[in-house]
Amino acid sequence: MNDSLKLPYLLVAAISGALFGGGLYISQMIDPLKVLRFLDFGAIPSGNWDPSLGFVIVAAIGVMFIGVRIADKRKMPLFNGKFHLPDVKKIDKPLVIGSSLFGAGWGMSGICPGPAIALIAFMPENLLIFLITMFAGSFLGHYAIKWIVANEA
Amino acid sequence: MESFTPLSALLGGAMIGLASAILWVGNGRIAGISGIFGQLLPPAKTIIWRLVFLASMIGAAYLAYYFLPDLSVVGGQKFEQVKLIGSPLWIAIAGLLIGLGTKIGNGCTSGHGVCGLARFSLRSLVGVLIFFGVAIITVTITGVAR
Repeated sequence: MNDSLKLPYLLVAAISGALFGGGLYISQMIDPLKVLRFLDFGAIPSGNWDPSLGFVIVAAIGVMFIGVRIADKRKMPLFNGKFHLPDVKKIDKPLVIGSSLFGAGWGMSGICPGPAIALIAFMPENLLIFLITMFAGSFLGHYAIKWIVANEA
Repeated sequence: MESFTPLSALLGGAMIGLASAILWVGNGRIAGISGIFGQLLPPAKTIIWRLVFLASMIGAAYLAYYFLPDLSVVGGQKFEQVKLIGSPLWIAIAGLLIGLGTKIGNGCTSGHGVCGLARFSLRSLVGVLIFFGVAIITVTITGVAR
């Protein structure tokens, strides 16, 4: 049987997902306005800037760094044959174009993919529209990468 | 800075970091949400664990609200009033850009931001600087936060 269908693997996915969703709620990053108030650097002079998101990401990186160190000492993960690292490592056109498009959408809405999905728990108005276009964008992106790579000089 | 919430930010952030660490050490998978849902679509290879992760994330957010209803308070608003910002068209365009951008750039705030930076990935660092930079410029120009 495929590793990813075994019970321990699925249990790890469930626990990780639960911690992630709980963390998004407790940190309040599930609230788009809270995220936008971090991204609004124009509010720094007036003292209305909210640095909370910076604290969230620094704490998350700090804990994940310990996980990375533990994983580095192992040949393979506990419940899988290998560590699935991204295939592409170089800084290329898709990275720059994709991150720019994502940044524009994130700045427009204050929503990134984690909160977008966790918000399904509360279904605020217009979330469905957001989810449909986000999935459509992700689907189209699969073909857009091929086009960008094919046209790369 | 009345809306600044350092303690809940640190606690919630640590939980997100722990979630990422558990998935990496346990299953060798990056807890990047755009990747987890993006690979549900064709040509998908592994679907079940992704659905389990996402369903669990939604369920936990709901339970956290059930037990801690007053925690998410922004500008004096209760969580029930949390809403998406902008017109339906604005929201639709934002969603499209986010889906497209995270797929093309292969990562979002969690994949590049948390997992990538913790691994000292130069590619992720460049991605993070670009999407934070563009987002900050977008918010500052459009004034959506005000």
